[in-house]
Amino acid sequence: MTQTLERAYGRYLADFQTVERDVRAQQPGWLDELREAAFEHFREAGLPTARRGNEPWKYTNVGPIANSEFAYGAAPAPGLDASSLAAVAPWCTVWHDLVFVNGRYSPELSSHRPTIEPKGGLKGAVISSLAEGLALRGDLVRRHLGEYARYDYDGFAALNTAFLRDGAFVYVPDGQEISAHIHLLFVSTSQSPSVSYPRTLIVAGPNSKVTIIETYVSLSGGNFNDAVTEIALEEGASVEHHRVLLDRDAYHVGLTRVRQGRDSRFRSTAFSTGPALARNDFSVLMDGPGADCRLRGLYVTAGRQHIDNYLTIDHAQPHCTSRLYYKGILDERSRAVFGGTVFVRPGANKTDAHQEDKNLLLSAEAEVDSKPSLEIYADDVKCGHGATAGAVAEEALFYMQSRGLDAETAQEFLVKGFASEILDDVMEPLREYLEKATTAALPRFQRGENGA
Amino acid sequence: MAGRNGTAPLLEVVGLHAAVAGNEILRGLDLSLRVGEVHAVMGPNGSGKSTFTNVLAGRPGYQITAGSVLYKGRDLLTMPADERARAGIFLAFQYPVELPGIRNREFLRTALEALRTARGEPKLSVREFNKLLEEKARQMEFDPDLMKRSVNEGFSGGEKKRNEILQLSVLGPKLALLDETDSGLDIDALKVVANGINAFRAPDKALLLVTHYQRILNYVMPDFVHVLIEGRIVKSGGRDLALELEARGYEWVREAVESGSV
Repeated sequence: MTQTLERAYGRYLADFQTVERDVRAQQPGWLDELREAAFEHFREAGLPTARRGNEPWKYTNVGPIANSEFAYGAAPAPGLDASSLAAVAPWCTVWHDLVFVNGRYSPELSSHRPTIEPKGGLKGAVISSLAEGLALRGDLVRRHLGEYARYDYDGFAALNTAFLRDGAFVYVPDGQEISAHIHLLFVSTSQSPSVSYPRTLIVAGPNSKVTIIETYVSLSGGNFNDAVTEIALEEGASVEHHRVLLDRDAYHVGLTRVRQGRDSRFRSTAFSTGPALARNDFSVLMDGPGADCRLRGLYVTAGRQHIDNYLTIDHAQPHCTSRLYYKGILDERSRAVFGGTVFVRPGANKTDAHQEDKNLLLSAEAEVDSKPSLEIYADDVKCGHGATAGAVAEEALFYMQSRGLDAETAQEFLVKGFASEILDDVMEPLREYLEKATTAALPRFQRGENGA
Repeated sequence: MAGRNGTAPLLEVVGLHAAVAGNEILRGLDLSLRVGEVHAVMGPNGSGKSTFTNVLAGRPGYQITAGSVLYKGRDLLTMPADERARAGIFLAFQYPVELPGIRNREFLRTALEALRTARGEPKLSVREFNKLLEEKARQMEFDPDLMKRSVNEGFSGGEKKRNEILQLSVLGPKLALLDETDSGLDIDALKVVANGINAFRAPDKALLLVTHYQRILNYVMPDFVHVLIEGRIVKSGGRDLALELEARGYEWVREAVESGSV
């Protein structure tokens, strides 16, 4: 280990000891053991800084994260209240909001009730912080936590698990539907760069239905979010999941692990703008026949931003359908990586899988590495993939300008049109918010906002 | 220059040379057009018809190597495409472009707003715009549902051409350039499109229509017909010339040009 790494890792050790001291007495023994094992793994594995021969991180250098020092447990910058949150993140008065500030649950800023009253027919549903979840349904948390996102996957998963003390827990019992959307809002705000370890566990019981929005927003620069989300869909469950990354000028490594049981249905959109460096490592295990998933994503980059989407769909069972469709809009000197892999395991016959990545490059200096791949070990499957990195759409721009639209308006139409294919899948008012966030993420469109 | 009707030309093309990727397509094209007139430019494939309208509309990718184009007395060639549109020029595309995710109605409303602002006309309310659009769409027998869809995406060939002429009638330019608008249309669609074009004709407007076939000229009567061969107008005349071209083909004009008798 280099001295820099030694120093950085020494910092993680000191932070870990703080957590040990603070939470050991409050957490169940199994969770202590899990955290300790995870930290041991981190000490051995470190962060995936090597790029040579390190295929999953071939195009993304995590050096800026490994070489930085982040304060843990930082006090939030003052002045945070519900109305200021509504100005910086998607917001809707009828959502159940669970707000986390620098990784810690904030009951003051949250609008939910930890347990939903039985009178709504939602007996036994839980929408809570992880700590409350442990108290209410420790059995469920223990069964699922760390089961899908395993700490030995990589250094980031290990760190997140080692620092597991807070997070969000959602449980929807058999056959129940939570009609109001659940919004998990993770806010980073501090005087100097800080690190948070957001953790989310969602368990959708058999034939249940729920919509979850996960938002990450950084109100100050240079913060690091090391997030892990696990979503378990039991037989026949239906989950809609929107992951919104608005971590401006921050570092973000997000690991999402989804396990789908028989005939379950998973819909996901992942929207990313703003980070200095972000990784969206998203993986779905199709673990029961008849499962169906659709993953969609939109990433918008400018400046020297770097967004890496690393997606895996694992068809472990027959008769499953997956659709993976990500689109990117890149400007200035930004860079995006799309790595999509569809595995079709032996015996996963009648698999129907498709993945595609399309990119709109607004600048000749922007760059995308798009690598969709299929690994098929079963017969009788229907699989396809594709990737395009389109140059600036000259023909479309000329058509619009020939109708009198100025160059900027034409480009804005082009960008919105390109994004709409993904965003039209998102419910209001989130769709409208994300459409605005798309153009707001591109400095070339800022003139209108400051001016007239 | 004293012209027909004693008015100054709306469009004056003199000795225009234009190239694409180093290949010269237009080789000294001259044409003069006044308000109230309809000009048809006819020519065989590869004669430079589309290049001509594209150069006039300001499509990028063409190098102008010689000659000039004056529009309302202004140097047209230095103006970007959107400025030409706001100055009153409209090109109906031979191959209308699909714009995924951009709704037809919103696109047209934004375009009209830009043009009306440039013309110093007051803003239309949404209600006024919808009324105008409804009326024009009815004239064009244009399926109103297509206004809610993405521009030209998934439209049939005929629907795309109708959409071009619908845009023409809603946007109300001064000079319309029609690039083979008749190609690929069946006879019923051709009549509808021709009606739309005729409705646009007015004493203060002008129309330049390029076409391979004279078929559309049965419905849109031109004042002048020009034959474009190898990047130059080699013969001009009235509507009779179109009929002669239909009967005898382009070869006789080419031969006449080569033998020096035209």
